[in-house]
Amino acid sequence: MSRSVLTRAALYVALAVATLVLLVPTFVRPAPAFWPWHQPIRLGLDLQGGTHLLYGVEVDQAIDNTVDRQMQELERVLREEQIGAASVERKGRTIHLQLANKDKRAQVEALVKDRFGNLVAVPEADTEAGDLAYTLEPREVQRLRDNVQEQALKIIRNRIDQFGVAEPTVQAQGSDEIVVQLPGIQDPQRAKELIGRTALLEFKLVARGPEAGTLDHPGPNVQVLPAKSEKGRRADRILVERRTLMTGDVLTDASVQQGGVSEGMVVNFVLDARGTKEFGEITSANVGRQLAIVLDGVVESAPVIEDPITGGRGLIRGRFDFTEAQDLANVLRNGALPAPLKLIEERTVGPSLGQDSIRRGVLSFVVGSALVILFMLVYYRGGGAIADGALLLNVLFLVGAFAAFGFTLSLPGIAGIVLTIGMAVDANVLILERIREELRLGKTARAAIEAGYERAWYAIRDSNVTTFCSGLILFQFGSGPVRGFAVTLCLGILTSLATGVFGTRVVYDFLTSRRRLATVSV
Amino acid sequence: MKGDSSPMATSRPPRGAETPAPVQHRFFELIPPGTRIDFVGLRFKMLLLSWTMIAVGLAWAYVGGINWGIDFVGGTMVHLKFAAPTPIGDVRAALLKPELGEALVQEVGRAGNEFQIRVRGAEKGGSSSVSDAIKADLREKFGEGTYDVLRVETVGPKVGKDLGRSATLAVLAATLVMGVYIALRFELRFGVGAAIALVHDVLMTIGALAMARMEFDLTTVAALLTVVGYSVHDTVIVSDRIRENMKKMRRESLATIMNISINETLSRTLITSGTAILVTAALFVLGGPVIHSFAFALLIGFIVGTYSSIYVASPVVLYLEGRQARR
Repeated sequence: MSRSVLTRAALYVALAVATLVLLVPTFVRPAPAFWPWHQPIRLGLDLQGGTHLLYGVEVDQAIDNTVDRQMQELERVLREEQIGAASVERKGRTIHLQLANKDKRAQVEALVKDRFGNLVAVPEADTEAGDLAYTLEPREVQRLRDNVQEQALKIIRNRIDQFGVAEPTVQAQGSDEIVVQLPGIQDPQRAKELIGRTALLEFKLVARGPEAGTLDHPGPNVQVLPAKSEKGRRADRILVERRTLMTGDVLTDASVQQGGVSEGMVVNFVLDARGTKEFGEITSANVGRQLAIVLDGVVESAPVIEDPITGGRGLIRGRFDFTEAQDLANVLRNGALPAPLKLIEERTVGPSLGQDSIRRGVLSFVVGSALVILFMLVYYRGGGAIADGALLLNVLFLVGAFAAFGFTLSLPGIAGIVLTIGMAVDANVLILERIREELRLGKTARAAIEAGYERAWYAIRDSNVTTFCSGLILFQFGSGPVRGFAVTLCLGILTSLATGVFGTRVVYDFLTSRRRLATVSV
Repeated sequence: MKGDSSPMATSRPPRGAETPAPVQHRFFELIPPGTRIDFVGLRFKMLLLSWTMIAVGLAWAYVGGINWGIDFVGGTMVHLKFAAPTPIGDVRAALLKPELGEALVQEVGRAGNEFQIRVRGAEKGGSSSVSDAIKADLREKFGEGTYDVLRVETVGPKVGKDLGRSATLAVLAATLVMGVYIALRFELRFGVGAAIALVHDVLMTIGALAMARMEFDLTTVAALLTVVGYSVHDTVIVSDRIRENMKKMRRESLATIMNISINETLSRTLITSGTAILVTAALFVLGGPVIHSFAFALLIGFIVGTYSSIYVASPVVLYLEGRQARR
């Protein structure tokens, strides 16, 4: 017996043992402590139940927002410098500036160049002398495009991590999408609210006096915002000044605290140095007025400023219950999303369907492989038995690969395994048919086997390459479970070649190496 | 190792014989060797038959429409199971609300208690308002706890459009890759034949999906791509043999060689496809509602794919040969 046969056989045995070791944690739970491998096969959401959310990051909106912020800042600077502007408005992504006094044009141009590095003048501003137009620098736009998804991903990940779900997945997909997977979550409402929150915290003064106007006819610098009423519903409306005095980006921490008897939970926040100073100034200048704390456009509370607050701490009393307060503190701590998110896709699978899918998948697998194994045995007898052995090894390797590489097994993945059973024996059929043909021509068993493997190889190679290619295309095209299927298909081709072609060859080489075979059972 | 316990029967060579005595081989055979079915002669009839079937299928899809899953058109799907069998009419009646528009209710399985409700098109309200409305209406009619929500899916409208385009592209790309590969491995005309056979298989499968009112969703596209990849198997087997025989039988016409080759490889074509069809049938019957249309598309695609490697791919090669000869 040649040494190469022994070496190859030993290799297959070693691989099989290693795979069995990898698979024990999947079937024996928990695996004994001394076991070298503890990671069971990961099941997709369609098998274990849970929620899959696909978000689109509205990058364009983020760019528009940046232009808006630059415009507000520009207005503020112009006010500071006492340059009168007849109008400042945004058209698309361009800020159009009409000066009251055309002589100040040069001064404004210098100011923008000096202080607004992000803005570039639009040369073809269709305006008569004195008017100006600015837009965001292309590099800045590109930077926003590159960063927004990544930032959103980080923030969502932080929010989800504190949400309390086992093994969540938050991943970028393409250039502007984010996938969130929450195993075991059947009602994703709370998760969706938490993820989708832009968490823009603003402090504004509640309008008073004659300029305030009425709810139906607010004054020129006043806006109507919804406010939380007694029961926490958004029913009331309140008049606040348009001007934002401070935003939530100066927050360094937020935590939940038990409020007074009728208050429920309150959210405590801590400000950074700049925030502390600003907040001190605001509260000193407005003692006796109501300060509206606005979260995502809703007035959470509007306490009266009784004394200047200079300690850099504050409270939001929103009549929250504990979960609400916790989620709000979480969102405030982790910062605001750089761009709005749009929920594109939502898929929820209940645990009973997942269980049912596993059961049905396994049943199809058992029945399908039993049929194939039986057919091969009846039709090709000895050769069929060898092919069947290779088939079992193939399944072992294929499933083992899922455990080894941490691939996620989905229902289409199981279907892919079942399909692999049907396709894997193809190579054996081609070889065995060819051996039969050679035997009919009067060749010896050994020569027929030799020729069978050699001649069948071309068809085996070509047919597997083509299926592999379509698997790759499928992987490129699909997402989620469909990708799982593509992975299974491609892996299955590799393991089929390893077992069905090279593995069975070891057996034949072993048999022919010992005695002269007069007949071969195929 | 004992000879009789091994899959190979071993025996000593006959005494004094240098070459082994001719052994009478008796195999279990599906197609006995020497079978001569005139496949090539039938090609025009088959051509007519298959393209008529495709035309009927596509016309059906055009008139009756394809049962698009929400992956493609956007909308909401709720899959639920009642504790007790419930008439489908009752479920429909519970959902006759203007805000749900046209809710499609489809029974799943045979137990009479499992249904899929689909509301197509973009949602106007919040992201889950439609699924919430469906759940609320059902609760109102049947009471809390009488049913179990197995699955809820909501897909935005934009995804669907993008998906339709990328799905078409993927299938076309796969077909092209297969054609080019076969053309490189064999000859250009074999590649053309294979590609046309694949287009034939995909169109036939789409027609069958439309006729059976099977849902056409993401996994269905996965099935179509698999069909494209796997249907080439048979074409490769036959083409491989044609090439081999062309070297051996230089005197014969291509039509004769083709006929011989198809007959010689017939049993392996049928068996390799047969095992794949066998396991797909197991998936179709036992795999459950989630992969029902997926398994259906595979099943039809594999059956058609086997047929097309004989009746579509080879005649195309023959036709191209004829054109070459006339020039």
